[in-house]
Amino acid sequence: MAVKEKKIGFAKRLPSSAVFSIASTVGALLFTSFILWMAGAQPGLTFEKILAGAFGDSVKIANGLVVWVPLSLTAGALIITFTAGLWNLGIEGQIMLGAIAATGTLRVLQNSLLSPVLIILFACLMGMVGGALWAALTGILRLFGGVSEIFAGVGLNFVATALSLWLIFDPWKRPGVGSMSGTEPFDERLWLATIPGYRLSLWSLVLVVVVFIGLFILLKKTRFGIQIKAIGKNLEAARLMGIQTRKQMMAAMLLCGGLAGLAGALQVVAVYHRLIPSISSGYGFLAMLVAMLANNNLMLALLVAYLFAILNIGGIQLPIVLHLDSTLSGVLQTALVLFFLIMNGVKQHLTERKERNRHAE
Amino acid sequence: MQSDVLVGLAGVIASAAPIVIAAIGETLTEKSGMLNLSVNGIILLSAMGGFAVSYRTDNLAAGYLAGILIGALIGLILAFCTLTLYQSQVAVGLVLAFLCRDLSYFLGNGFMGLTAPVMHSATLPFLSELPVLGSLFFDQTVMTYLSLLCIPTALVWINHTRYGLVLRSVGERPEAAFARGIDVKKVRYLYTIVGSALVGLAGPIYTLGLKPGWKGSMTGLDGIGWIVLAITIFGGWNSFRVALGAYLFELLRWLGLVYQAQWSGVPSQVLQVAPFPLMILTLVFVNMKNSEWFESLISLLPPPLYRFFSLKGKRNKAAPSSLGIPFRNV
Repeated sequence: MAVKEKKIGFAKRLPSSAVFSIASTVGALLFTSFILWMAGAQPGLTFEKILAGAFGDSVKIANGLVVWVPLSLTAGALIITFTAGLWNLGIEGQIMLGAIAATGTLRVLQNSLLSPVLIILFACLMGMVGGALWAALTGILRLFGGVSEIFAGVGLNFVATALSLWLIFDPWKRPGVGSMSGTEPFDERLWLATIPGYRLSLWSLVLVVVVFIGLFILLKKTRFGIQIKAIGKNLEAARLMGIQTRKQMMAAMLLCGGLAGLAGALQVVAVYHRLIPSISSGYGFLAMLVAMLANNNLMLALLVAYLFAILNIGGIQLPIVLHLDSTLSGVLQTALVLFFLIMNGVKQHLTERKERNRHAE
Repeated sequence: MQSDVLVGLAGVIASAAPIVIAAIGETLTEKSGMLNLSVNGIILLSAMGGFAVSYRTDNLAAGYLAGILIGALIGLILAFCTLTLYQSQVAVGLVLAFLCRDLSYFLGNGFMGLTAPVMHSATLPFLSELPVLGSLFFDQTVMTYLSLLCIPTALVWINHTRYGLVLRSVGERPEAAFARGIDVKKVRYLYTIVGSALVGLAGPIYTLGLKPGWKGSMTGLDGIGWIVLAITIFGGWNSFRVALGAYLFELLRWLGLVYQAQWSGVPSQVLQVAPFPLMILTLVFVNMKNSEWFESLISLLPPPLYRFFSLKGKRNKAAPSSLGIPFRNV
């Protein structure tokens, strides 16, 4: 009995959740420092160079936002499927199909008499359709084929990669010979207007804000949002409650794919102005980490996406200044999520022990 | 001509070795009810780590041992996060998959383009002189022999020993196993670590044998882990069928290479990734048999045909009942 009382005394005051967040961040930084030490680099200097690479001048700050746009759009898209309990790993392919559909639309309409604004809008729209259709394939495989969406998604990512490579090297190849540098760039009038001197388009930033307001209303204020939350918590219970689970899960997949497709289309019209082999740049998987670290909270996702975007931009020049591979940003990003999960587990463990001891009293 | 085919098929058996070993490791883990999604990362990290250790020590065995230890360590982290801290197996597995991949590219940066010892084939006396089987099975590396040995060993271990019974009971009915006095968490810890260690062995088989050297993201190993996971499902958690899946996959890859010249219209990049979606597609057909609508569709067929397609009452083809479901023994 004496031992039990001691435990109560310890667990009575549980640290606030801020303490756990700080602890997980410190843990991730220590882990990354250890990895840097293993690679024979100085951790302090490396972190300093990453910050300099991200905030050194106004072009770098703008570039951070250029990455932030697709990353936050995709993270927002994934929060829909995560809420519905679907691990949509096919997100990379959905971004690629959005880019492919947008490129195809631009190719068809580039010599038409339509105004450039209309063509760009139409390309974005078709990008959303492309991404949604690709997500629909995963949804059909999961809901009607009994294939886990994880494997269906990964498999379709490979197909999407093969499809874009085939397009770049065969039907859409540059005059002469196809190359890994992508298709022929589009005429400048079909580029989404950027701030002069920067790669950043204000329209993309506006779009992110609009999409997130829409997502907030969709997830918090509509029947659909509440229903997919119920599905995510307990599929069987949701079905018994009379929710049309298949229909709503499919809708969640389509919405997610549509937004991912929009992100892909934006990469074409606003950033690369052509189709390149790996146009998704791994942002799909990165957005998955963003959504996990943000714990499916939309506002937090915007912040975490920005943090991850500046880490990406800051890591770009590491090979030149310190002869380190730029995947260090990835190490830090994934370590942040891993330590977040660990600290989450520790927190739950302590909370439960407190509860149990209260009952014991 | 005939010998060309034989050499090619022997190559298929050799190049399937790491996939067989990794998929059997994953089968052991999943049989205990644990889903290890970090396979892709483990293979990359152990491929890099094994190569680096072998390069530093100039010792082949040390490289393979390092691969095993890296796999076991990642398995331990996964088991700790999911079994002790009750975090989602999917979430932790995915994060570890990405973390290990990035770690392998970051730490491997200094080991690009170097040469380390390479495992050569160890021809077995007498057996290798058998007409067809000799050149197919008995003129291989030690690791290929190991992969061939793994198949029956795992099959017997899982289905015909007491340990296997404990393993299956923990994966199928953990509550019942717990009531019988089995420490469910301990068994899951053990098989997660052992399974991941086997996955970790697959990495060095590539970088110290099949595809010597570490070339960063050009090593071409990214994606293999997902295939291993797909093959585990394709094989229905039965080591014999799992191995069959691995050989089928490598056969497809080999055929892709052979026919590359004839299909000149198709770019080589497409042919290289083609087996991946093909594998997933096969998975679809295998899984389709498990779905309700397929069952109701084939119930319209005459009885003999129905019996052929139906999975009802067939053991070993379904996933372990509590795969991915956490267990709390409180």
